Amino acid sequence: MALTADEVRYIARLARVALTGDEVERMREQLSNILDHFQALNDVPTDDVPPTAQSLDLANVDRPDQTHPPADREQVLANAPRRENGFLRVRAVLEA
Amino acid sequence: MATLDLDVPAHEHAARMRAGDYTARALAEATLARIRAQEPALHAYVTITEELARAQADAADARLRAGDAAPLVGIPVGVKDLLCTRGVRTTASSRMLERFVPFYDCTVVERLQAAGAVIVGKTNLDEFAMGSSTEHSAFGPTRNPWDLERVPGGSSGGSAATVAARGVPISLGTDTGGSIRQPAALCGILGLKPTYGRVSRYGVVAFASSLDQVGPFGRDAEDVANLLGAIAGHDERDSTTVPVPVPDYTAGFARGLAGLRVGVPEQFLERGLGPGVREAIEEAIAVFEHAGAIIDRSVALPTAGAALAVYYIIAPSEASANLARYDGVKYGFAVTDGASVEAEMSETRGRGFGSEVKRRIMLGTYALSAGYYDAYYLKAQKVRTVITREFESAFAEHDVILTPTSPTTAFRLGEKLEDPYAMYLNDLFTIPVNISGDPAISIPCGFADGLPVGLQLIGRHFDEATLLAAANAYGEATDAGKASPAALP
Repeated sequence: MALTADEVRYIARLARVALTGDEVERMREQLSNILDHFQALNDVPTDDVPPTAQSLDLANVDRPDQTHPPADREQVLANAPRRENGFLRVRAVLEA
Repeated sequence: MATLDLDVPAHEHAARMRAGDYTARALAEATLARIRAQEPALHAYVTITEELARAQADAADARLRAGDAAPLVGIPVGVKDLLCTRGVRTTASSRMLERFVPFYDCTVVERLQAAGAVIVGKTNLDEFAMGSSTEHSAFGPTRNPWDLERVPGGSSGGSAATVAARGVPISLGTDTGGSIRQPAALCGILGLKPTYGRVSRYGVVAFASSLDQVGPFGRDAEDVANLLGAIAGHDERDSTTVPVPVPDYTAGFARGLAGLRVGVPEQFLERGLGPGVREAIEEAIAVFEHAGAIIDRSVALPTAGAALAVYYIIAPSEASANLARYDGVKYGFAVTDGASVEAEMSETRGRGFGSEVKRRIMLGTYALSAGYYDAYYLKAQKVRTVITREFESAFAEHDVILTPTSPTTAFRLGEKLEDPYAMYLNDLFTIPVNISGDPAISIPCGFADGLPVGLQLIGRHFDEATLLAAANAYGEATDAGKASPAALP
């Protein structure tokens, strides 16, 4: 399963990961090689087999709906790259 | 009166501190001094937490004076730098989180502190726990104490190396595809991946949420049992923890190996093993048999070979979603001078993540993308069901399944770095267990060309007690795992 450079750039765009030209080529080779090995799955018949998302029998776990004090704002913002007046600062999403 | 000897296991320290031979503070100071002396050669730690360790050691001494009988009071422990620690930076060995300081402790660290343990540092790992050699740490690789030119395994390589080097007696790692068991094997110590749902992941940096588990490293089964007992159990903050009572994991140690039904799938011994690995495993099987275990070599797990492909679809898919949170907005590394919102986000992630993390995000994004979901992700989930059913039927007639932990002993630094798939093959024998959710332990079983070999015992869901009892009996029957690496201070 050989990926093209355009396909690699498309996946990188979906993943929001900027790649250099060298990285695109290396990623193309390495991902193509890994995808080849995935063909092994086609040898396993699974026509009537349900999928497993996780290995536990638990479903719909709930707990009492109790209030708790929220995390302290200053602590939460201490790791923020950009902040202003007690808020996270982000770039404008819609350009003027 | 016994002198302070850092080579003894944690339960021996506990007995000596209670006998008044030395204090938890003295043990902490000696431990910190040894770690500092070893670090230039070993690089097992991202951060050494001296002040925290001293405060916790003094608190432990107060508990010891008050007659507290809990097994971990005053015991030094290293924790993988994937586990959030309040006020102590938690990096995941990534540039992305290089300066991230959590304002809360993860549940397992809370429980360690409640148990009286003394946290001496945050251990090195492959970035975001993605790797099998610790070479993918953004802060440089950890070395194997048995041969400093070789890798300790990974991703929990720092946690394994510092225990093997007699820096600390016990440590915590995480295991998504073998990240506790494989480094335990390559470093010649014990490491246990608990049943999925046994230990809380609250506050643990997420990699692949249907597979991740936190678990213990140690140099004997009793230490591993005590550490597991301290961290296991239901946690309201992690809805995947199961409200199954936590037993005393040492309670069954007297039962030994007599009558233990051991399945040995031949397919795990036939292909791709490094020199000397099969011989070491066969010798261990002979020890089990001599001690009364019933060995059955007819057990088959025909689909286990497909587990590697299942894993490298499911784990990257989940990772691609989990790591979407690193966007340069709330915390972590951020590029703030980009041309647009999207450019800033993409540059943040392009520069903040290392090559293996980017590779896995790309792989997962591809497997989940429109047109490929059924062929990859859904197919992998169905094969996951097939593999799980095979384990269930194997456990109808066996108490444990025995395999090598890793196909080879520790390899040289750089040897597999340029070939991702060769690196992934390290996890061939450990991955099926993450797929099925079963618990498994790696136990040292001798050497091949001077490098440790590990055997893996796999058990039924929530039957860690049987694995630990078997590991204890095997440890008492042999010298395996007792030797120390010579090269370090």
